[in-house]
Amino acid sequence: MRVKVLSRNPDDYVRETKQDLQRVPRNYDPSLHPFEVPREYMRALNATKLERVFAKPFLASLDGHRDGVNCMAKHPQSLSTVLSGACDGEVRIWNLTKRECIRTLQAHEGFVRGICARFCGTSFFTVGDDKTVKHWKIDGPGYGEEEEPMHTILGKTVYTGIDHHWKEAVFATCGHQVDIWDEQRTSPICSLTWGVDSINSVKFNPIETYLLGSCASDRNIVLYDMRQSTPLKKVILDMRTNTLCWNPMEAFIFTSANEDHNLYTFDMRFLESPVMVHMDHVSAVLDVDYSPTGKEFVSASFDKSIRIFPVDKGHSREVYHTKRMQHVITVKWTSDSKYILCGSDEMNIRLWKANASEKLGVLAPREKAAMNYSQKLKEKFHHHPQIKRIARHRHLPKAIYSQAKEQRIMREARRRKELNRRKHSKPGSLPFVPEKKKHIVAVVK
Amino acid sequence: MFSLAALSVLKAQTPLEQEIFSLLHKTKQPVTDPLLTPLEEASLRAMSLEEAQLRRAELQKARALQSYYEAKARREKKIKSKKYHRVLQKGRSRKALKEFEVLKKLDPEAALTKLEEMERPRIEERMSLKHQNKGKWARSRAIMAKYNLEARRAMQEQLAKNKELTQKVRVEPESDEEIDMTGEGLLPDSVNQVQPSMEGANPWMLGKPSSEAKDSGTQEDPKDTRESAAPEDAGNEEEVVSEEEILLQDFEQRRCARQQQAGSPERHSEWARPDVEIRNSQPRESRLGIWSPGQVEPAVQEPEGPLLSEQLGRLQTLEEMDALGQEEGAEEQAQPWPTRALQGPEEEGSFGEERPARKQKKMINLQAVLAEESHVDALGADLCLWQEEKEEDEDQRLMIKEAFAGDDVVADFLQEKHKAEQAGKPEAVDLVLPGWGEWGGTGLRPSARKRKRPCSLICLIVSQVPHQVNELPFPFDHCQQFERSVRAPVGPTWNTQRGFQKLTAPRILTQPGHIIQPISAEEASPRSAVPIRWNLAGFSCSHPLGGRVA
Repeated sequence: MRVKVLSRNPDDYVRETKQDLQRVPRNYDPSLHPFEVPREYMRALNATKLERVFAKPFLASLDGHRDGVNCMAKHPQSLSTVLSGACDGEVRIWNLTKRECIRTLQAHEGFVRGICARFCGTSFFTVGDDKTVKHWKIDGPGYGEEEEPMHTILGKTVYTGIDHHWKEAVFATCGHQVDIWDEQRTSPICSLTWGVDSINSVKFNPIETYLLGSCASDRNIVLYDMRQSTPLKKVILDMRTNTLCWNPMEAFIFTSANEDHNLYTFDMRFLESPVMVHMDHVSAVLDVDYSPTGKEFVSASFDKSIRIFPVDKGHSREVYHTKRMQHVITVKWTSDSKYILCGSDEMNIRLWKANASEKLGVLAPREKAAMNYSQKLKEKFHHHPQIKRIARHRHLPKAIYSQAKEQRIMREARRRKELNRRKHSKPGSLPFVPEKKKHIVAVVK
Repeated sequence: MFSLAALSVLKAQTPLEQEIFSLLHKTKQPVTDPLLTPLEEASLRAMSLEEAQLRRAELQKARALQSYYEAKARREKKIKSKKYHRVLQKGRSRKALKEFEVLKKLDPEAALTKLEEMERPRIEERMSLKHQNKGKWARSRAIMAKYNLEARRAMQEQLAKNKELTQKVRVEPESDEEIDMTGEGLLPDSVNQVQPSMEGANPWMLGKPSSEAKDSGTQEDPKDTRESAAPEDAGNEEEVVSEEEILLQDFEQRRCARQQQAGSPERHSEWARPDVEIRNSQPRESRLGIWSPGQVEPAVQEPEGPLLSEQLGRLQTLEEMDALGQEEGAEEQAQPWPTRALQGPEEEGSFGEERPARKQKKMINLQAVLAEESHVDALGADLCLWQEEKEEDEDQRLMIKEAFAGDDVVADFLQEKHKAEQAGKPEAVDLVLPGWGEWGGTGLRPSARKRKRPCSLICLIVSQVPHQVNELPFPFDHCQQFERSVRAPVGPTWNTQRGFQKLTAPRILTQPGHIIQPISAEEASPRSAVPIRWNLAGFSCSHPLGGRVA
């Protein structure tokens, strides 16, 4: 009798070892997989919707300060530590994983104006309204010891900011003028000054480490070279800059947070016109910090929100706000580029996710692949109107929304007026001033 | 009498016929073969069903217009506010002067006569000295003037008016002088007269609704009279009926004119087309004029604009997002007003009529009435009629079928529907460019092989029109490029596993829990040994400690 059976060779469908993947026979013939574009489009649409559903960026609020948080500093070696100084002179060290305060010390009488950590991570500096610079150890006092700074420097004028060099044992303070100090000395090694007004903040360049930038009250940003002991050049803007931050991946780019609700990204070699003007805030921008990848930065504003901007775009890609968060004074982007910390007027430090709908923690490889795929699809179809509309939608509190609307009206009115003026005057009598150059008054060498 | 005569003429030939005729005679129905009276016959021949519907719609419109204008006139008559009248007079005088200017250029003789007319109020004032403060009121005020500042001022105003009125007429368009409230002024009296009607004896059909609405004085008007408009409208309907006959004649003429034109429906489009509406051509040109130097202006930072659309509402569930999608249709018509404000002054001229129309929507839904497409209604009604007939007697059905044997109503309706659909679809932009291996230049047809298909219409099902891209996004130059970028699938169903991984690899890879150090100066310098990869934005990405940036 003849029996017909199907027979297959197991070599064709069984994997060779347990370490190998399963063999999945696939036929990539496109006629078997029709409607590629509509199917992918629907997947992109669903991915966009889910992204909005899962966009819950707020993680935690660190409670403990008894006055508004004035300044913050990141620990250079530890991701889970952050230091903050309050308006009553208190400095607290927080553990982010446990979300609690691990150490408190009364650093100054009056505001803690600036705080910065040394690059080695063992100590930190604070300056306050009591005209002192204090040098503290990160580890708390041992048993029986008192809470005391390692070193105190008494100055003659109030210091408003401090920043430490990225490589050497040098730090700079600003107040009446910019002073560069050696850690061992009690008097500055050099004082740099240009102009008569006080200086708000000073920052060292992380890449070209001999460069400094400072923001003064007379609306200018001054750049210094530490090696020459002279100011390099300055740019005068329309309104005062509150702080500036250097891009950790680009040697000469820095972003300044200005009182006229904008942020300006400059290339220090060409200060005549900023690389980009970032507009979206409706009130003065108080602080700015770069992501360690150098692609984005976060800004904190007097309108009670923080915004994340891409470096190459003029508008923000994300806005975070909470009913309980009042004027945000200081903001930091953690060194692993995943979290954002902001300290605000109402004594809280809040921890947010940098990507609002990201899933934290360890992801299985399939999960990661699926997330990469949805991300790629969202990028591919992001021009399509339905996807664009859902992806762009953000909620704003009423106050900010109405402010933004009002400012839009004002801007349009000004623009219309200019157009009319140009239309009714001799051609060429009104020159076209590009938006970027409008806010710069002068550059002085 | 008619039926008797008919009976006497006809002879019932069969018993059936006899029965029927007797029945008809009993009920006094016409007996002869055409079952309609001559009058009915005539009227039936005169208009087909469609025309009847058309006429009915026209009558409706006419009635609505009439009632609207009546209500408006009544409202305006009631206004006592001095400011309103002052402003109105100013507007009228300005218009009159402008017309006079135009008339001067066109017809100098008529201009001369008009000038004489304009002289009339001046002559009257000089003759009567009405504002010379010699009347009873003026005398009483003069006594008070010694003690009362207000009285003094009033007298001075009167004297000033006198001076103005006795001035010779200057033919400048900007005469912003105060004009007498009572209507005498630099105006010819003809402005106040009813303009002779051009078409028929219908005084209500004068003027244009837009020009009326544009009057500067009407700002107070809607506020004052919005409340009184509603009860007034109800009362107007009955009074208008008597004037229907006049309107009917009017519409007869109009219909004849319309039938000569092509049969496409008049769309009440929001956007003025220069070939259809000539009066909007000038503001449209000025709009173009404004924008051409504006486009040269390098004030635009980036072509994208804001990256976020910030709203007051939250999107938390999938249902809310679906609802967002459906709102888009409504939103697109009312553009977001910042962009609207961009075109603000240019829009004002051509679309000024839209705003007063919107303002007056509360009072009467005139625009809605005017915008009705009557012939579609006719066909729709016809279909209903058709369905109703089915339920009734067979006889009547047959009768109507005979009557409208010439019209294929259903087919007509489908045709119209198809036309409407076609018009609604986006036009396929024919951007055919001869590509590699083909001749280019004017007058050459690219090969049939390369015929272009519309942007992303083949990729997405045509019914999903709202899902398609409206305009070519920024980095792409041609439709084809964009289409190609969208067409290539990314998923694991269509690509090998390795290919899929490479396609979906993220641009920035960071290790969780690792600190990303800033780049070092050696790496950042141009002569560094470490290879630095540049991404599209021109920013370098290289390998810092602990994190890998791809």
